[in-house]
Amino acid sequence: MSLRPQPGRRDGASQSRTSVSDRYRSWLQHHRLSAADSLFRVLDKPLASLMTWLVIGIALALPVGLSVALDNARAISDGIDSTARVSLFLVDGTSASRAGTLAEDIEQRDDVTEVAFLSSEEALVEFSQLSGFADVLDSLDDNPLPHVILVEPGVTDEASVEALRADMLALPEVAQAVLDMAWLQRLNRLMELSRRLVQALGVLLLAGVVLILGNTIRLAIENRRDEIVITKLVGGSNAFVRRPFLYTGLWFGVGGGVVAAILVAVALWAIDGPVAALAASYGSDFELGGLGIMNSLNLVLFGGILGLAGAWLAVSRHLGGIEPR
Amino acid sequence: MIVFERVSKRYEEGHDALREVSVSIDQDDMVFLTGHSGAGKSTLMRLIMLMERPTRGQVIVDGQNLAKVRRRGIPGHRRNIGVVFQNHQLLFDRPVFDNVALPLLIAGQDHREVGRRVRAALDKVGLLDKERAMPITLSGGEQQRVGIARAVVGRPKILLADEPTGNLDPALSAEIMELFQAFNQVGVTVLIASHDLALISRLHHRILTLREGRLVSGTSD
Repeated sequence: MSLRPQPGRRDGASQSRTSVSDRYRSWLQHHRLSAADSLFRVLDKPLASLMTWLVIGIALALPVGLSVALDNARAISDGIDSTARVSLFLVDGTSASRAGTLAEDIEQRDDVTEVAFLSSEEALVEFSQLSGFADVLDSLDDNPLPHVILVEPGVTDEASVEALRADMLALPEVAQAVLDMAWLQRLNRLMELSRRLVQALGVLLLAGVVLILGNTIRLAIENRRDEIVITKLVGGSNAFVRRPFLYTGLWFGVGGGVVAAILVAVALWAIDGPVAALAASYGSDFELGGLGIMNSLNLVLFGGILGLAGAWLAVSRHLGGIEPR
Repeated sequence: MIVFERVSKRYEEGHDALREVSVSIDQDDMVFLTGHSGAGKSTLMRLIMLMERPTRGQVIVDGQNLAKVRRRGIPGHRRNIGVVFQNHQLLFDRPVFDNVALPLLIAGQDHREVGRRVRAALDKVGLLDKERAMPITLSGGEQQRVGIARAVVGRPKILLADEPTGNLDPALSAEIMELFQAFNQVGVTVLIASHDLALISRLHHRILTLREGRLVSGTSD
């Protein structure tokens, strides 16, 4: 027992003779008590608490749900062969053998990794199969399609690819050189823009959550004003008075996190069927990715942290002002 | 135990609540503080509780100059003083036991010790059978006794009471005063603000009289 030395004091002062381990135990005990008491108070008003949980849950679910959607979109776009490719459409009347030689020549270049030659006949067959216009194409006298050489650059940066395309266009046999990358780049930029927008929305909604919680806790503080005054009068420290309110914030935040995780799961479940059907119609076996157990738990934890932050905000603003008068 | 040295308190609006008050209260004293309302009784109590700071002069409680107690030290200071209020200041959403246990909870007592001490305090004020009752179901006198049990449960060296019998009939008031005397007899310094002169003059303790912030009688035994 590490007693504080109190020379010359009589027995009546024994309330301050508490050992450090006793103090720690009672500190833990008060944490347990505050946590249980706050939880009881939150559950005691189920409807009001449910409202708070829903507000927080929806505010959290929106950015989280959107970012899950973006993750899925990214999974799709990553699945697309993202290597740049230059399609060379040859001048009408170029013979197939001349085109084949040209393809071999191009393959010799240092900045080219692979070259595929697609003759006009092959292209016609492929096109009639894929387009379903077989009958129409059969009725044509001439093959309207040119020979195509697909060039896969060995360089990745935009300028070098563009230089390669210009070189190809300069060849007399080449009528058109088309870079297939443009749409993919646009898609990626669009995705990046969406991500930023979701982040901005997320920041705003999180600030909203903290403020909502702060206001809820402020009301709780107002409701228990007398209790705070009495506690301070009989020697309760600020930490002692603060504790139950911080736990109240924690419970609201955790509940909000649970609601958000459920909302995201339900929304994903609701669109899973249509997405699978859509993917199947494209011949893809794409599966919608969800939050997963870990991320759901993280969401709940994060809700708890936001709850604590909101409570701290309210407590630091309003508790100090409540002094015994 | 409690020493005031030329203490003055002027509130911000310019009202002088205490003027040059000097008084010394010894450890085993039981002292009454009287005077009209507004004479400064409450202000004197509030200075001891550190609910206010004096404008001039020094207040020394249990050898500690209160000017040296900083904001963070105030809760610790208050834990050494038991206070009884005229309007009881009970938590009406908690049973009697929890109300009395509050100071021990704050002081960080082990819960077995809390139970033992709360029952001892309730026994002293004669409310042992009411520990699970809600304060609202108790009479005024019983509520005041709960307040007293809460004030003494932490075994403070000083017991302050601000108009503890203000709302009680004479018989109940006398009972409450007897309780205070009992605590004084076991060595607690007791300071009671009261304007019930008929009651306190029968009890033969030192009486301090305040008039317009000045101590006009009782400065020495």
